[in-house]
Amino acid sequence: MRADQSRATRLTLRTIALLYLGLLVAVPVGMVFYNAFSDGLAAAWASVTTPEAQHAFWLTIVMVAIAVPLNTIFGITAALSLVRGRWRGKTIVSALIDVPFAVSPVVVGLALILVYGRQGWFGGWLTEHGIQVIFSVPGMVIATIFVSLPFVVREVVPVLREIGTEQEQAALTLGASPAQVFWRITLPAIRWGVAYGVILTTARALGEYGAVAVVSGKIVGETQTLTLHVEEQFQQFDLTGAYAASVVLALIAVFVILSMNLLDRRKEKS
Amino acid sequence: MASAPASDVALPRARRWGLVSARPAIAGALATAYLSLVVLIPIAAVLAESMTDGWAGFWKAISAPQAIAAVKFTVIVSAIVVAINVVTGTLIAWVLVRDDFPGKRTVNALIDLPFALPTIVAGLTLLALYGPKGPAPVDIGFTKVGVAAALLFVTLPFVVRSVQPVLMELDREMEEAAQSLGAGGFRVFRSIILPTLLPAIASGAGLGFARALGEFGSVVLISGNIPFKTEVASVFLFGQIESNNTRGAAAVSVVLLVLSFVLLLAVSWVGTRAERHAR
Repeated sequence: MRADQSRATRLTLRTIALLYLGLLVAVPVGMVFYNAFSDGLAAAWASVTTPEAQHAFWLTIVMVAIAVPLNTIFGITAALSLVRGRWRGKTIVSALIDVPFAVSPVVVGLALILVYGRQGWFGGWLTEHGIQVIFSVPGMVIATIFVSLPFVVREVVPVLREIGTEQEQAALTLGASPAQVFWRITLPAIRWGVAYGVILTTARALGEYGAVAVVSGKIVGETQTLTLHVEEQFQQFDLTGAYAASVVLALIAVFVILSMNLLDRRKEKS
Repeated sequence: MASAPASDVALPRARRWGLVSARPAIAGALATAYLSLVVLIPIAAVLAESMTDGWAGFWKAISAPQAIAAVKFTVIVSAIVVAINVVTGTLIAWVLVRDDFPGKRTVNALIDLPFALPTIVAGLTLLALYGPKGPAPVDIGFTKVGVAAALLFVTLPFVVRSVQPVLMELDREMEEAAQSLGAGGFRVFRSIILPTLLPAIASGAGLGFARALGEFGSVVLISGNIPFKTEVASVFLFGQIESNNTRGAAAVSVVLLVLSFVLLLAVSWVGTRAERHAR
């Protein structure tokens, strides 16, 4: 009796959970794929290879290519100094690194306009030197950096804590230079943490919409990333275009999840 | 690189150690500078802008009827979404840890999809199925329910991912003891499992709440942005920025910022308390 009852409970709970996930995530995402290809593969391909779509794709790659390396270098540097260093203001900085997680993307955009816009704090200086940040690519890059900033730090800090400093100290006493210690001991030890952080940073950088939308000015063929392109096509009633570009982004998301799972297994092994 | 001068080699160990420990401070200064340029100075600018006309101006901006409606709707819908997340998230985590069925790994990976999928695609995804042209027999386009669905989608992983590891490490001896003493399944859950999970549930809920308050991309297509009805705070802000009312937008932004910071502080407070309790 008892066993039957708990089996029934188990099955009920499983059904509810799967139904919920199916209705909220799996079926809707499947629907996007179905819609993208409902006019045939050729139509989908044509809509993701229009000049605007291609430009949006490359601009997105540019964002990632700038934001991810910068945030990775920042992330490793910050993590090292937070875990290993003793300096004034450390606790405050550590807490402030999480700020981007608490800020609405639209507020991020507004904040950047207020500093880097023409009437912003640095606006006068930037205009004098002929640099346009807002409604232009540099502003979008800064917005992307803002929203994806904490990931590498948050992944690397716990790993650094766990590995300790014994090996590094041994190398130092054996006469290795600090640079040698970093490249040969510290970096290899934290590499999976860094990789995980880089993947999360990339996913966020590729997919950011709100912050980039505010600072981009949404100029078609100029300041339009892939996510902005999806919205534009949707508003223009080019649904195939919107769904097809979404499929490109969704495939990248799936790839990101697969890499995360792979890294998880790697981390468990080591 | 130039070869080191002879004196450098002869540098006493202690001083070389000193050099090494000075590095993190320099690295910290560089990291702080980067953080300031990208994050801190801009956030400070929002605070300053909201106060340009003093308290009176700030108050006037945040008490505008449309602003109040947007913030109120955002807080209420986020609270409802979080309440649903607490139940479904705990349930999903339980099924993923305690149950076993074919395809469990895929389902587990599916939980991360809302984190990895761009928010604008998330909104489009829900519209594709439940929108005016979707095959489902409902239409959530331009409705409050639609906004809630979008928020449920993007906040799905928070409670699941924070409860899952705790549930995995939970000692089953207590449950077995309770069961052998005659406690039913629900009783075991309520009086043994649930108390242990509560900090994890609370922190997942808090993070999800903070995320929902500021969410933009997934909501913007679904909500239709009807003022006083389906307009959330971030969409309201977007409109204000586009019509060049940065001052008013900054004031409402400050309200959102304060709400999220309070939530995140609460989450970290729950976290440290739970850690101390565990020791």
